[in-house]
This record gives sequence, structure tokens and C-alpha cells, in this order.
Amino acid sequence: MATQHSRSAARFMMAPAVILLLGWMLVPLVMTLWFSFRRFLPNRPDIVPGWVGFDNYVRFVTSSAFWPSVQTTLIIVGGALLITIVLGVLLALLLDQPMWGQGVVRILVIAPFFVMPTVSALVWKNIFMDPVNGLFAHLWRAFGAEPVVWLSDAPLFSIILIVSWQWLPFATLILLTAIQSLDSEQLEASEMDGAPPLSRFFYIILPHLSRAITIVILIQTIFLLSVFAEIFVTTGGAFGTRTLTYLIFQRVLESQNVGLGSAGGVYAIILANIIAIFLMRIVGKNLDA
Amino acid sequence: MSRAVTTRRKTINTVLAWSIGFLIFFPILWTILTSFKTEAQAINDPPLFLFFDWTLENYAVVQERSDYMRFLWNSVIIAGGSTLIGVMIAIPAAWSMAFVPSKRTKDILLWMLSTKMLPAVGVLYPIYLIFIELGLLDTRIGLVVVIMLINLPIIVWMLYTYFKEIPGEILEAARMDGASLREEIIYVLTPMAVPGIASTILLNFILAWNEAFWTLNLTAAQAAPLTAFIASYSSPEGLFYAKLSAASTMAIAPILILGWFSQKQLVRGLTFGAVK
Amino acid sequence: MGRIVLDKVTKRFGSVEVIPPLDLTIEDGEFTVFVGPSGCGKSTLLRLIAGLEDLSSGKIEIDGSDVSAVPPAKRGLAMVFQSYALYPHMSVRKNIAFPLRMAKLDQAEIDRRVSNAAQVLNLTDYLDRRPGQLSGGQRQRVAIGRAIVREPSAFLFDEPLSNLDAALRVGMRLEISELHKRLETTMIYVTHDQVEAMTMADKIVVLRAGNIEQVGSPLDLYNQPRNRFVAGFIGSPRMNFLEGAVAAKHGAHAIGFRPEHLGLSLTEGEWKGKVGVAEHLGSDTFLHVHPENGGETITVRVDGEFSARHGDIVYLTPIADKIHRFAADGLRIQ
Repeated sequence: MATQHSRSAARFMMAPAVILLLGWMLVPLVMTLWFSFRRFLPNRPDIVPGWVGFDNYVRFVTSSAFWPSVQTTLIIVGGALLITIVLGVLLALLLDQPMWGQGVVRILVIAPFFVMPTVSALVWKNIFMDPVNGLFAHLWRAFGAEPVVWLSDAPLFSIILIVSWQWLPFATLILLTAIQSLDSEQLEASEMDGAPPLSRFFYIILPHLSRAITIVILIQTIFLLSVFAEIFVTTGGAFGTRTLTYLIFQRVLESQNVGLGSAGGVYAIILANIIAIFLMRIVGKNLDA
Repeated sequence: MSRAVTTRRKTINTVLAWSIGFLIFFPILWTILTSFKTEAQAINDPPLFLFFDWTLENYAVVQERSDYMRFLWNSVIIAGGSTLIGVMIAIPAAWSMAFVPSKRTKDILLWMLSTKMLPAVGVLYPIYLIFIELGLLDTRIGLVVVIMLINLPIIVWMLYTYFKEIPGEILEAARMDGASLREEIIYVLTPMAVPGIASTILLNFILAWNEAFWTLNLTAAQAAPLTAFIASYSSPEGLFYAKLSAASTMAIAPILILGWFSQKQLVRGLTFGAVK
Repeated sequence: MGRIVLDKVTKRFGSVEVIPPLDLTIEDGEFTVFVGPSGCGKSTLLRLIAGLEDLSSGKIEIDGSDVSAVPPAKRGLAMVFQSYALYPHMSVRKNIAFPLRMAKLDQAEIDRRVSNAAQVLNLTDYLDRRPGQLSGGQRQRVAIGRAIVREPSAFLFDEPLSNLDAALRVGMRLEISELHKRLETTMIYVTHDQVEAMTMADKIVVLRAGNIEQVGSPLDLYNQPRNRFVAGFIGSPRMNFLEGAVAAKHGAHAIGFRPEHLGLSLTEGEWKGKVGVAEHLGSDTFLHVHPENGGETITVRVDGEFSARHGDIVYLTPIADKIHRFAADGLRIQ
């Protein structure tokens, strides 16, 4: 349904969104690139700004904090994805079953999604994970165990737990919607064909969910890569929970080394792009289906 | 599938689902309960579940200490403004992609989504500088713009998927009936897409409401929304559980209530139109 | 007024040529049907006339003025879509009034025209309902109502009956024909159903792969099909074709004869065959006969009841002056 007229109208109407996003992407990106090749510490007038070539890049990548931070990022993203998808599928399967008060359960399950990250981080950190007064500590003591100092003894696990709690509703609801869209005749046919429940799950339900799982992975990765408040509030990047995002944040804002931080920013952008290309491939393929 | 299910089976499902639902909801419930306790009761061992002296004292203290209404108002303006402006920019763009698709449409869409993957921290300092230069630091307008931009790809994407479900023939009919492009969008497309637009607005309002990176880094006193309000309790006041809980409850209550009331549209919106 | 002239019109999608150069004149007031198998380009042609697609080359004139570059809204045409394309969020009244509202007519005039149209189409009782609350036939009438209030110079119908069930289709067919008789406005009607074409058209345009195979009145096409494609497409059940020695006897590559132009006998005739399937419709009986010599199945129509059963032996004789002869390139031999 395209005429010359409507095509030019389409270009015109797409322009504001495209131009804004292009500006939003390019302007800061160019500035970051520029800074990344300079020595630039705005709070230190004694250090003269100037070009340093790839110095910042070399220093950032050779700093002892770099690789651990990449690793931490991947562990948090991967861990949270794994937990939310596995639990999400199971929970979605359960919620799809006939029961009383399904609507209420759905309201309960969806709730964490509405909680802002700063709140959930604070609540988990203090009210649940505090080694003295936290609810977990009470629970552990009630069973005669020594309370765990969550945020320093199992810091990554704690953060993954918090993040997964926030994103489980999202995964569950998308997967539930997908399960509900499964043609029941397909399942009945497979039942007639004599497929036991487990193979019905693996041969019919799971393939049907693949598109939904792709969407969950895509959207969650976008948000998980930039997890910030949860770390900012809980450990402040200590105990090996410093993600790449957080490391750069520290370089730029805490130690005000903009040049070094910007080089780190470029690395983060490259990492994000590698993951993005990988994801876009999958999603692009799934888009038309 | 209408099939007889044994009551036993249904009971097991119900018990299981309710237990898990309760478990997932528990941190929120516990926070709300704690907000009504005294500080001593809040850290009582064993923990007090329902039988304690209910008090509103914490809310009074929190309100006195920090001007809750101002933060709330900032949150409403920032989340609402960024969402509405975003939708107004996104509707024409999504129209173009859904009804006049070209070979590049999919690429543009994926590119837009990929800007969302750009790590915010990578461009934090440039934005910071630009904000200082333009006098936008710690202003609501500045945050409205930034949050609109970070959510724009998602708004476009969602509207695109909703628009695609509308048969092109209806828009062609409007065209044959003499509607201009503007009239076609205002009188035909938008009213037909109301449920989709509503879910889009809702979801993005929530995302904007909960956005913490930019709101924490680009505001100080004037434009700070509820994310900053609660961050100010991180320490050492965090040790006052009852007050922390009261502040948390105040920060999440508006969105929690909004979310529950519009659960249906939201679930639709949550799937980004990608899952039917 | 509504005389539409297509002059060397072509349409390409990328490198695929959907409509090769095509000329066609549709006279004012004529009911023209574009018919052809799916994918023959008939809908594309209609959309080109509507202005919903651009021409790749050539030009379209309406009443003498070139409209090739005129947007659809300004061509003075009204279109009824296959899916009806009603606005689901508007009442029937608002649906019908929409083109008038877009034309900025004053409210009194809009009301007058809407109630007129509603009366003509028996929609008066439904004016305040939403399209979703109407039956298929009623929706169809709303779509037509939306088209007629504009008093367009021509109506375009894109397979408007294909979403209706069989009984309704016959009724709507009559209604549209009657509407045409009353309005005497040009109508262009696209369908893949040759029965619709035969019963409604003043002029039928048979299309195949974007090419016009034949233009003519229904009976022209029935009696004088220009080639084998048209011969096979027009008429139901379709024409029987025979090739080889039998055709050679008539001096042709192939001969065709319609099921209703065959004599049937139990005792003697030109070809002997065995009855395969017999379809008893009451008013007619269709026999599918397998010729003894092993050729293709021949369909024969017999008036009324004919008690033939599977395996019965029958004799068939074509009516001599109803035999159509075709050359090797498919063209008719006069």
C-alpha cells in the first residue's frame, strides 16, 4: 500500500524520532571518544589536559579492575537471565493450570516489577540481608545457624537474587501469555499421539515458547547490562560486585578521571554492541516469524 | 480447552500458586508491615508479623524530614512528561514503519532498539557537560528529555507492533474517504489503537518512574524524583528499618496501585506486543 | 459522470512486472467486472485506479482529466473493501458520515445524506450500533453506504462478497446490481468468481498475469471466448476440452464444448463412456463420464433428474454448432 506520496510522508514522519535518537547517540558518543584520547581530570587543576593517544585505553584495560569487572557483568547478566527464564517457565506453566484466584496470584507475582530498583536494593540490603537484624539472620538463628553476611560473603549471589526478583515477573508474564496462546488442539493432538507430559513440554511447549524466550532475553539483557542502582545502594561496588558500568562510573564521577572513564565507556559500548549484534541477529530472525 | 479437572488437582495448583505468589510478594508485604511498626518492633527477634502496635509515626517523621510531595510531584512530571512527549513523537514514526514498510524498516527498528543498549555510563560525562552548558542540570525539563530519549525506542517498538495488527485496508478506506494523513492518524488510527497506546503509556510511565541512573546522577535538590528521595535513606538512616520501610512504601505505592489497577493493559504492554 | 480510461498503464513491484502495458476504457455508467484467478493483477489494477498504488508508467484519466498523480481522496471515487474496512470505533452513523465529515459538509447536509443512505440500504435501525454488533451482510451494507453518500463518479468494489456465506452472497449480489440500476453510476467490481461476473456485469474484463485476455459482455465471453483460458474460466461447470485425433477431425489443435452442450443417450452417440460421479442437484444433474478410450473425464449437464449411477454406460454427442475450436497457441479458430 505504498504510493510515492505516502512514502515521502512516511520519511517525514519518521524523521523526528530518527533524528532525535541519532543525536542522542552520536553527540555524546563523539564527545566520549574525544575525551577518551585526552588526559582530563576536571578536579585536578594541577594536571594539564592534553592528548595522550591510546594511553587511557591501555591503562583502563591493564588495570587490575578491568577483567574482573567484565566477568562480574557477564555473571550478573547471565545468572539473572538463567534464573528468571527457568523459574519463569515453571511459574508460567503453573499459572496456566486451572486454579482458584488466578487473578490474585497474578497481581502478587507482578508486584516486584513495579518496585523501583533503589527501593528494592535498600529493602533487600537492610531488612532482609542485614547480618544482625535482617529477616534472613532471624531465620538462620531460629534454625540455630550462623547468619550469613550476605553482601560480603556472597555478594554476587545476593545481587543476582535481588535483580532476579525484580525481573521474574516480567519473564513469567511474557511466558504465560505465550503459553496461553498455544493452540490447545496441538496439545490434544500430541496427547492423542501418546506423548507423555514431559515430551509434550519439550517437543511442543518449549519450541512454542522460543520466540517469547528470545524477547525476554533481549529486553532483560538491555536492562541488566546497565544495572546500577542495585549495586550503588548495596555494596557500592565492593566485594567483587563492580560491573563494567560501575567501574566506569567510579572513574568518571568518583575519581573524576574523565579521560580514563571515557576510554572505559568506549569499551562498554563495544561490549554492548557485541552483545547487541548477537541478540539482534536472533531477534531479527524471530521478528518476521 | 474445557476439560474436567479434578478438584484435588485444582486444589494442589491453587495452594502451590498462592504459596509462590505469596513468597514473591513477601518482600513488599514485609516492607509495608514494617512501616507501621516502631523501630524496636521492626528489628524484634523473633520478627513480628501482624501482632504489633500499629503506628503511623514513621510516615509523619519521613514526611517531616524530606518533603515527600515535592519528590512525588517531580516523579509524576518526569515520568508523565517523558512518556507523553515520547508517544507523540513515536506515533507518526510507528505509523510509517507499520503501514509504509520499506526494506530498511526492520533495520531502523533494530537500530533504535540498539541505542537502548548503549551503556548510559559510557555517555554520562558528555551528557553531564551538555546539561551544565544548557543549564539543564537538576531541572525537570532536562530529565524529561533524557528519559524520553532512553524510552523512545521502546515506545516506537511497542506502538509499531500494535499498529501492525490494524488492517491497512481501514486506513486506505479513510484515505479513499478523503481523510488527509493527519486526519487518518487522528480520527482512525489512534482511536483504533487506544488499548495499545494505553499499555505503551502505562509501561513506559512505570519504566520512567523507576529509572534510577539518570535521575540519581543528573539531579540534586530541585528536580529530584522519588528514586533520589529513597536513595537518601541508603545510609546510615537505612538502619532505621521502620522509617526506611515507610519511605519505601511511599515511593512505590503510587506506581504499585496504578499497576494493579491497570494490570490487564499492562500485561499486554509487558509483552511488547511481541507475544500474542 | 465517470468515464475511466487506462492508457498504457503498467505496474512493477521491484523488478516484477505485475501489469504489463494495458489499455482499457470504462464507459460512464457501466458495470465492469475484473475477473481472473488469484494473483492475476485484478486487485492491483483496481488499486491503481483508486490511487492506492502508484503507476509505474502510463496514465489514468477520469472524465478526460489525467489523475495519475492525484491522491486517492481527490479522485472522486469510492471504494468498498474485501474486509469492509469499517471503522470499528465509530457507530454505523459515524462510519457512513465519515467521508462527508472529511469533505467538511455542514451537519444538516450530512444528516440528510446519511439518513437517505440508511433508508436505501435498510440500515435505519442500526445507525447507532457499532460494526462489531452487525452481521456480515449488514457490515457490507454499511461499507456500501459509506461509499454512496459521497456521490462518487465511480464505485470500486474489491471482492466485496468473498467474506459472506453462500446464501448471503446471492442476496447481496442482487442488491448491488439493483443499486447500480438505480444510481446509474460507473462501478468497477473485482472478483475471482465467474458467476458473480456473469450475473452482474455489463462488461467483463478477464485478466491473467496482468494481461487482459478478453473484454466483452457476459454472453460474448460465453459464446465467443477469444482463447482457451477464457473458455475454461467462464461457465460453470467448466468447458470440456479434447485434444489429439478428435480435435484434428475438426481441424483444430483442441476443441471445447460446454457440459450443457452435450447430448446424452443410453443407447447411441459419438463417444461411449462410463459414469464416474453423478451429482444430483435436483434442477440439474452433472455426470462425470470416463470415456471408453481412456481420455479425460467429460462433464455433462442434464436438465432435471437423471437416474444414472456409478458404472452405467452412456453415450455422449456434442452439439455441432456449439463446438469451440482452438489453435495450438490457444487462440480461437473462427
